[in-house]
Formats: sequence, structure tokens, C-alpha cells
Amino acid sequence: MHNKTIAEISRDLAAGVYTSVDITRELLARIEQHDAQYNSFITVTAEQALAQAAAADARRAAGQASAWTGVPIAHKDIFCTNGVLTTCGSKMLSNFVAPYDATIVDHFNQAGAVSLGKLNMDEFAMGSSNESSYYGPVANPWDRSRVPGGSSGGSAAAVAARLVPGATASDTGGSIRQPAAFCGLTGLKPTYGRVSRWGMIAYASSLDQAGVITRTAEDAAMMLNVMAGLDAKDSTCMDHPVPDYTATLNDSLAGLTIGLPKEYFSRDLSPAMAEKVRTAIAHYEQLGATVKDISLPNTHLAIPAYYIIAPAECSANLSRMDGVRFGYRCDDPKDINDLFKRSRGEGFGNEVKRRIMIGTYALSAGFYDAYYNKAQQVRRLIKNDFVEAFKEVDVIMGPTTPTPAFPQGSNSDDPVAMYLEDIFTIALNLAGLPGMSIPCGHINQLPVGLQLIGNYFDEARLLNCAHQFQQVTDWHQHTPHDLA
Amino acid sequence: MALDQNQIRDIAELSRLQIDDDQITAYQQNLSNILALVDQLAAVDTQGIEPMAHPLDATQRLRADVVTEHNQREHFQAIAPHTEQGHYLVPKVVE
Repeated sequence: MHNKTIAEISRDLAAGVYTSVDITRELLARIEQHDAQYNSFITVTAEQALAQAAAADARRAAGQASAWTGVPIAHKDIFCTNGVLTTCGSKMLSNFVAPYDATIVDHFNQAGAVSLGKLNMDEFAMGSSNESSYYGPVANPWDRSRVPGGSSGGSAAAVAARLVPGATASDTGGSIRQPAAFCGLTGLKPTYGRVSRWGMIAYASSLDQAGVITRTAEDAAMMLNVMAGLDAKDSTCMDHPVPDYTATLNDSLAGLTIGLPKEYFSRDLSPAMAEKVRTAIAHYEQLGATVKDISLPNTHLAIPAYYIIAPAECSANLSRMDGVRFGYRCDDPKDINDLFKRSRGEGFGNEVKRRIMIGTYALSAGFYDAYYNKAQQVRRLIKNDFVEAFKEVDVIMGPTTPTPAFPQGSNSDDPVAMYLEDIFTIALNLAGLPGMSIPCGHINQLPVGLQLIGNYFDEARLLNCAHQFQQVTDWHQHTPHDLA
Repeated sequence: MALDQNQIRDIAELSRLQIDDDQITAYQQNLSNILALVDQLAAVDTQGIEPMAHPLDATQRLRADVVTEHNQREHFQAIAPHTEQGHYLVPKVVE
């Protein structure tokens, strides 16, 4: 049962092959038995999950089931879950039992899904390796000495280890696509504003977007169907029609034009990775697509611009963590300033503190124009590159990451080295575009990902492209070698 | 641009972050490296480029001016570190 996809579970439940309680029990047992070696869950909500599963089975018996009734998932611990610990991977929120549900959590509950618990992540979603979590690093199920990627490392590891068929996640600079690539999975970061962020703990508000990590494009489409759409509670959520993302999965790719940015095949890309991507593109040509070389000339500026904009926004967003209204508070504060400084100094880890300090510096008097304003101008140049490219092509493809998953600890002394891991993913967040990563091969027995970049609100086309690739390749069906 | 140790202490104070003395050197080095990375931006010609605040140049959506939230003080204060009679308690700020 644990090897089933979301779509297969949905069909099996409808056909009465097993019940929601059956599969929920099996997955909870797998988590209990195996997750100690991955550390993908921070909180397992076994009791609530079994209650949701029993309620789902009762609704099905009463003839009121939908596609999602009784299907198990899990949420990244960045999403508030009413009455359930919501830590964001931080000591600062290690006692934070959220008093409400995030909009997307509510949507999954309303759809009848069963939540197994909350997934590990880099602290406040700041990281590319899931090594900055207060709850400890997450291991990559393909090689436990390596990172699963980050920040949605728990989401990726849990799905790769077959502990849950799909998980919610979030992406500010690559935090869905990079872990999906490192763990041999399908990851989708929708257009900025496509999915509500209400109840998703904010890191960098002009970049953050909620999405999913699954095994197949079909499952990602099913999850996006539940999540997408306008939410009055999120003023950045866009009012744009929501199609049925599963309806166009089988459309033909004949006539599709794929753009290959020359900057994504530069010296930053290993020859082995380049070969995997070229092989994947050849599959698309066999499916009827044509390929066009394009240029995104400002690609090299994406990481510098991001490391002004994201820290600036995080320094503002994380000012709410002050030890007064919720979360961690230091012992015996001697005055109000001591309360703020020690609660934050003790509650945040090093990477979070670094980004708050960079952001505070960049926004401080006299530096605003040189840093923040300049970065926002460069951001428009990066966006304009994509706007020009999409006049000529339907979808852009390239590698998701420069290399496969790296060993734990390899970038821990140098934050800048870690930042450079996101070289191919970060520009999309700056531009607000949707992107996916799908498995396209193995290097030294480690999975690597093909990145698909779409125009604004073109998630249906990305999912169609991903699904068609998964009809003619089987990389998404490979399981980690020593999986129990 | 390299930061000196006094600048690190100033930024930490502005950020309301307690940083131990034995960590100042590490922050100095890491933050200086990050600023060296972002300093590439200074060389870019951005004359006449409008700063980008929103990917789709959307503006803030307005809603009808009606009450949509009801008071949930007890519910929200149940998770606060220290409250009394409906107030959040902090160390004395007025002598």
C-alpha cells in the first residue's frame, strides 16, 4: 500500500480495495518504524489522523466521497495547524500550538484528506540542505549521509521514503524544486499569488509561495486543484481563474516550443548533469516539441539580488517573534530590551540571525537606495529577461541544481557556498513565475532533476509537460535502493 | 564591503539580537562575505529602471469596510508566555 501514489490511493479507496483507516494505519506504522533514520517528521498526529480516516470512511459509506476523501498527506511545518504544534523548524516556535488553520490546511481538511503530521524543514525556511532545523538534520533516503535539500527537506524525504504519498511545501528561492530534485520527486512551485499563504509563516513575502512535493505530475495536479485560488485573507493572492489541472495532463506536446537558456548550461553545471538534461530534452523532441536556444542575460544577478530582498523582508517579518505574544521567551528578563534580545538571540539559529542582520543592515538609514532599491531594480531586469523569452517559447527547461545531493556538512562553514546551490532556481521566485522539478536520471546512483519554467499562471501546461515526460520515462518510479 | 566588529554589534542591537562576544568574529566574517556577494549589484546599470515591488505589478486589493474578525482574546492569549487579566506581561518599562 505504501508504494501507491495519491491517484492510485484515490482510485483504490473508491473501489473499496482498502479503507482510509487501513492505509493511514500502515503509513503511521511505517513512520514509527523507519523515520528515526530520516528525521522527516517533527510531529506525528496519529490520533487525529485515525479520526480523520474513520470519518472519511464513514462519509464514503454514506455515499458522500470525493477524489480526496480519506487520502493521506502531510504538511510542511511552516503551515499553521489548529491545535497542533507548528514550529517552522525553530526553537523560537518550539512551544507554538497554532490557534488556527492555514487556508490550504483548511482546504485539504474540507476536501476530506487525512493529515499524518508536520514535516521537518530548515529553520524559518532558510536553507538549502535541511541542516538548519532546530529539530536536527533530515537524511536523504537515497543516501543517508547526504542532504535531502531544503528548505522543504522533510517533505521530500518523507515522500521519497514512502512514508506519505504527497506533502505540502513552500518555495522562496528553490525550497520545493531543489529537494524534489535531490530526492527523485516531482515538485511544483506555482505562480506567486496562485495559492493562498494565509497561515504560512512568512519568510520573504514578495517571494514565498506554497506548493507541493509528490511522486508524479498527476498527483501534483490533484494537490494543486485543492490549493489554488483566491483567498480574501491573503491580500497577495491573485484573482485568476482556476482550471482543473488534471484535465489537460494528457494533451499532446506536438508543436510545443522549449527554450534552453545558454546561461543554465554554463560552467556552473557539471558535464554529467548537462548530459542528463540534454537526454531529457531529446525525449521532449520525440514527443513533438521543438527546441530553441535562448538567453537570460541577467541570470548571474539573481543570487545577489535575492540576498538583499529576502533578508530585508525576513528582518521585517521575523520582528513579530519577540517573546511577548507567543513562542519562546528567555528566562528572567531584566528589562524589555533584554527580553527582546535574549528571546531572539536564544530562540533563533545562526542562519536566521545572519539573514535578519543582513536585512536590517540593508534597510538601515543611508543604505536603502544602494541595497534594497538597487536589488528591486535588478529584479525587474531579471523578470524582463523571462518576459522576452516567453514571447518566443512556451516553456523553459534546464537543470534544477548544479549537482546531485551533496554530503551533510559540506557547506556548513560557508553560508555563501550554500547560497550558490540555488543558482538555477532563485530567478523564478524573483520573477514570480511557476516552476517544476521532475526526475530525469541518476548520477552515481543519486537522482537529478529537470527544471520546467512556465509563464505566469501556466501551471496546467507545466503539469502537462511533466506528465507526458512521465509517460515515456520511469525515473519517477525508482525507489531509494535500500528502502524497507 | 567588510564590516568591523563595532558595526556587527550595532546591527545586532538594531536587530534586537543578543550575540555572544565569542561569536562576533564569525558573524563579522560571514556577513562580510555575504555583502561581498551582493556587491555585484553595484556595477549594474539600472538607470531609469522602475524598482519591482510585485511580480505582476498588482496593487493592494481593497475589501468592504466591515468587521470580519471577532474577539478571540482568550484563545490567542492561551499560547502567550505571560499574561494577566487579558494583558500581555513584559518587564516594567515606565519607572
